[in-house]
Amino acid sequence: MAIFLDENSRIIVQGITGAEGTKHTQRMLKAGAKIVGGVNARKAGQELDFTEFSPDAVLTVFGTVAEAMDKTGANVSVAFVPPKFTKDAVVEAVDAGVGLLVVITEGIPVHDTAEFWAYAQSKGNKTRVVGPNCPGVISPGKSNAGIIPADITGAGPIGLVSKSGTLTYQMMYELRDIGFSTAVGIGGDPVIGTTHIDTLEAFEADPETKAIVMIGEIGGDAEERAAAYIKEHVTKPVVGYVAGFTAPEGKTMGHAGAIVSGSSGTAQAKKEALEAAGVAVGKTPSETARLMREIYEKL
Amino acid sequence: MLQVKAPASTLSVWLRASADRLPSNRGRHKGWIRVDLMEYQAKELFAKHEVPVLPGSVVETADDARAAAAEIGGQVVVKAQVKTGGRGKAGGVKLAETPDEAAEKAGAILGMDIKGHTVHRVLVTQASDIDAEYYVSYLLDRANRTFLAMASVEGGMEIEQLAVERPEALARIPVDAIAGVDAAKAAEIADAAGFGPDVRDQVIAILQQLWTVFTSEDATLVEVNPLVKTPDGKVVALDGKVSLDENAEFRHEEHAQFEDKAAADPLEARAKEKNLNYVKLSGEVGIIGNGAGLVMSTLDVVAYAGLELDQGSGPIRPANFLDIGGGASAEVMANGLEIILSDPEVKSVFVNVFGGITACDAVANGIVHAFDLLESRGDEVTKPLVVRLDGNNAVEGRRILSEFAAKAPEGLIEQVDTMDGAARRAAELAAAK
Repeated sequence: MAIFLDENSRIIVQGITGAEGTKHTQRMLKAGAKIVGGVNARKAGQELDFTEFSPDAVLTVFGTVAEAMDKTGANVSVAFVPPKFTKDAVVEAVDAGVGLLVVITEGIPVHDTAEFWAYAQSKGNKTRVVGPNCPGVISPGKSNAGIIPADITGAGPIGLVSKSGTLTYQMMYELRDIGFSTAVGIGGDPVIGTTHIDTLEAFEADPETKAIVMIGEIGGDAEERAAAYIKEHVTKPVVGYVAGFTAPEGKTMGHAGAIVSGSSGTAQAKKEALEAAGVAVGKTPSETARLMREIYEKL
Repeated sequence: MLQVKAPASTLSVWLRASADRLPSNRGRHKGWIRVDLMEYQAKELFAKHEVPVLPGSVVETADDARAAAAEIGGQVVVKAQVKTGGRGKAGGVKLAETPDEAAEKAGAILGMDIKGHTVHRVLVTQASDIDAEYYVSYLLDRANRTFLAMASVEGGMEIEQLAVERPEALARIPVDAIAGVDAAKAAEIADAAGFGPDVRDQVIAILQQLWTVFTSEDATLVEVNPLVKTPDGKVVALDGKVSLDENAEFRHEEHAQFEDKAAADPLEARAKEKNLNYVKLSGEVGIIGNGAGLVMSTLDVVAYAGLELDQGSGPIRPANFLDIGGGASAEVMANGLEIILSDPEVKSVFVNVFGGITACDAVANGIVHAFDLLESRGDEVTKPLVVRLDGNNAVEGRRILSEFAAKAPEGLIEQVDTMDGAARRAAELAAAK
């Protein structure tokens, strides 16, 4: 099982010929992901040799996502296109009806994200969009769609959902002896596709996932809403971590979405909401890992 | 009755639950600009998109204020231009009957401190009688992943107060990001708020013009409080707030002019020149890390350690946010260290890196070369560094640093295996200084 991504996922890379696209295609192939092609309208028809990273990986660059899906049977796309072209890339992938679209690109104008989200909705929300500005999705031992390092840990019973890339890696490292069903980096932008709640819902339904780690950060009220969802719908144990207790009001902390405005969006409010929903919240990433370990040992 | 309109306060805590006013990208490869505009800048954008505003000009001296008032003619209002609310209450908004009085008022307001913001400019604008005050805004509704229009015929007051006390008086209409605001949508908003027939058509036009400001300028907030009806029945924007999305900088080169260099912290300004994602805080432990979430977490862990160590003289605190991102080249590390070490408050430095894509040996080499670079620039490093490296190639990274630390002055570079332990050590070193 695992969620969103498994051994049957067939992945194409939008922007495969760019520096980031090339580098991470190599890494994903090395991690065992089934990358089956790439997309770049200006370089359509090229054959790219990735056999150094996976024996059969000679990948065709297609002109469109639809064509790539048609020729390769792809059901997942990972987008590494520059910010100014991302909206069009998402619209194209949604039109082609890809099942999962992971948008790694950071620095996308929020009007563009709001538009492509509205567009995906208008098309019946058939494409699961993860991101933007996220590290992607990994189901260790099965597949990897994005930039999460595959060598931190292997498969196991923990599900992880996080707004932050490096905290995802840190948490996987802390719990590397236990392992993960799937880790989902949902991104730190003000508007994102897949949310904490969407991911919690999927983990709750996934028999392989026995416990869940949820990582949030300051800004917005996604964690508070996730807390309300957990209280109502999640029966599996959840531990939480929230970054940004010391962030001052009115200053963005790196992520576009990470900002405290007045009393809204504070780490304290998020922690309290999660604890009220029965979530054990750690003060530091290490303490959070310890809380998960205690739960795991009783499973 | 002639009213001197004290500008309404900024958007509320309540409203901010769904609106982010200072979006930022990670900005590590490009500069980033403060995007909250001052009133006069917001009004420039309003005028550009045909939203009615009263004539006025922004000046930096009392003499220029006199000239501006003479040109406008009649009564004028002199308004402090700062990025904070409460200007009226602080005495930053004054009515003037004559050009000489305008100069006098401007002289008093210029240089004034309003909630920590020094007034460098005033807006001299035509004074107007007010028959009615309204409120309109567009903002990002983060929770619903769409935009929101808000409007009320009870403007002028604190909008957050209105929202709490009489929520039914504030219409909240979701706006689809693709469909936007056409005449029909604008009419829906105007009617939901209850604008009367005397102003309805004008308000519908203004709502569409403001939507154009919101979308074509890539704003995350456009707010008019108050929008007023003058005695001759005209509806005009008497004040304005606009926040711009700096991620959209690539299609708005003209927005660079809105950058407020004078207001920036000097260390933040220097960091920005070096394309570093740095935020100055007040504390003793300088922080360098990779990834926004991990750096935020690092600040917290240092603050907790500071509280635990505190023996009554006040806790040690993190001195800054600095995300060096994925690359962590020697130059980026050197630039980061240089900024942090030049902060006189800093007593120790904590470098916290989890190598995901970044290899820790590259980070370690970056630190070593950073010391060389700083030395060659004449900045000898004397404040102790605590380094925690984990993840990709951590063993090699630690080896490189150990070798370097052995040659460096005693105690200058320490490595600690865990993030919590390293934070505690950095706080201890800062406390001991």
